[in-house]
Amino acid sequence: MAKTWKMPTWFYRLGSPRWSFEIMGKLLPWFAAATALLMVTGVIWGLAFAPADYQQGNSFRIIYIHVPSALLAQSCYMLMAVAGAISLIWKMKVADMVAKSCAPIGATLALLALATGAIWGKPTWGTWWVWDARLTAMLILLFLYIGVYTLHSAIEDEVTAGKAGAVLSLVGIVNIPIIKYSVEWWNTLHQASTFTVTERPKMEPEMWMPLLVMVVGFYCFFTVVLILRTRAEILEREKRAGWVKELVEAR
Amino acid sequence: MYFDSFSDFIAMGGHGLYVWLAYGIALAVVSFNLISPILRKKQFMAEYQRRLKRERRLAERKSGEAGK
Amino acid sequence: MVHSKQSQPADDLSLTHVFWITLRRDLMLAYRRRNDLISPLMFFLMVATLFPLGVSPDPQFLSEVAAGVVWVAALLATLLSMDSLFQSDYDDGSLEQMLLSPQPLALLVFAKICAHWMISGLPLTLMAPLLGVMLFLPEQGMSALVISLLLGTPTLSLVGAIGAGLTVGLRKGGVLISLLVLPLYIPVLIFGTGTVQAASIGLPVGGYLAIMGAILALGVVLAPLAVAAGLRISVSN
Repeated sequence: MAKTWKMPTWFYRLGSPRWSFEIMGKLLPWFAAATALLMVTGVIWGLAFAPADYQQGNSFRIIYIHVPSALLAQSCYMLMAVAGAISLIWKMKVADMVAKSCAPIGATLALLALATGAIWGKPTWGTWWVWDARLTAMLILLFLYIGVYTLHSAIEDEVTAGKAGAVLSLVGIVNIPIIKYSVEWWNTLHQASTFTVTERPKMEPEMWMPLLVMVVGFYCFFTVVLILRTRAEILEREKRAGWVKELVEAR
Repeated sequence: MYFDSFSDFIAMGGHGLYVWLAYGIALAVVSFNLISPILRKKQFMAEYQRRLKRERRLAERKSGEAGK
Repeated sequence: MVHSKQSQPADDLSLTHVFWITLRRDLMLAYRRRNDLISPLMFFLMVATLFPLGVSPDPQFLSEVAAGVVWVAALLATLLSMDSLFQSDYDDGSLEQMLLSPQPLALLVFAKICAHWMISGLPLTLMAPLLGVMLFLPEQGMSALVISLLLGTPTLSLVGAIGAGLTVGLRKGGVLISLLVLPLYIPVLIFGTGTVQAASIGLPVGGYLAIMGAILALGVVLAPLAVAAGLRISVSN
């Protein structure tokens, strides 16, 4: 007997792949426009107009990529786990497809956060890599993503793969606070870095306003990419359905 | 504009390599994430249409033979 | 007379042609399962990450052990991937076909091992500098790291294949391969890390590389024969 709390109608509507496909298609142009606007504004503002940091100089501008991608990498994992839970509890196919689509996006964002973190570290602290708490935790998050993605691609049957991936990402979600705590404890134990590469410096509004724009822009970008991926996934999985045939014939 | 000239902008006070490398990687990640699903959908559509054509041709041939 | 690859009669196949066909087949099969190729690389990265986490992230300490850690991680990653060398062929019956074919089994095996190295050992070698940077390997040691892995990983694939050949079809294959093959890996590990450590402190590495080359040459000649013998034994079961 599946748990069924009373959910609003739109929640159950989302269970229909066709309805989800169409509603996502309608939302896509809005989010795409918002993404383009915010990211272009943010990048130009951050690169050309915001002031440089007093201590770090112009390499500080990397923050406008690093912080949003790190935030997104973490949010994406949460979404992946929640979508996985929904697909397990309510047996919703679309939730399963959303979860599957999250994995590669989150992995690339985690990679971006790591790469920009490392690049930022070089001019600031002299080395390409530092085993500090934040970067190490982000590296472990990348490992978690790779695990979910590999599990998905290793299992042939999509339904089973979805279930397995959901279980794994839920286990990961429980583990993330534990991992974070232990990595921070490990860090203080070894006194390896009396600094963190990604410590947020005191910022004036001229510095954090473009950052805010970039963060929102990245969230919109994530929504766009998630919609694109999920729609492609829906088409592939539902290819035997009549509405898909009509859609293709209409082209 | 924070910078005095375009060459200053590119140089980023000596940190040019790092800043542009970081933004370059970001561009690559953004592009990959946008292009990959779009390509996938295109491939799906192309394959599906090919299959529809094949089925149509088979159906025509069958109905042609049946009519003979 | 026009020869196309498809129209050649079976007895006309030269040894090199057989080699290329087998190599290409394995590479194509691997390409179809591209997602599986990241696994050994990620394992490589994760194992290397365990050392700073488990022991100490102190740059001084890490730079001393970096050579060994990267090598051990590469060794373990290769070992893990050995299982897949013959497994899918055994499952669908093509391994038996290879055993029955008139072409020398050792040659077919050698082609398979080459393909396996290209999809596991070679990417590991290319990724090694990244791990070297994360583990603070001294700059002087970087090129030695890559070259030693370039010479060493094919040997690892060749020797690992011996273990894979002996355990094809067995249920506990994975761990068993490790037990069989790890002792054989030790010389490669010793000379591989020796190369990097020598380079890190500025000593010449010619001697080490010569030894690794010799081990590789020995492996290329003898390992396929041993693998073929092992396959005949385990598949006849």
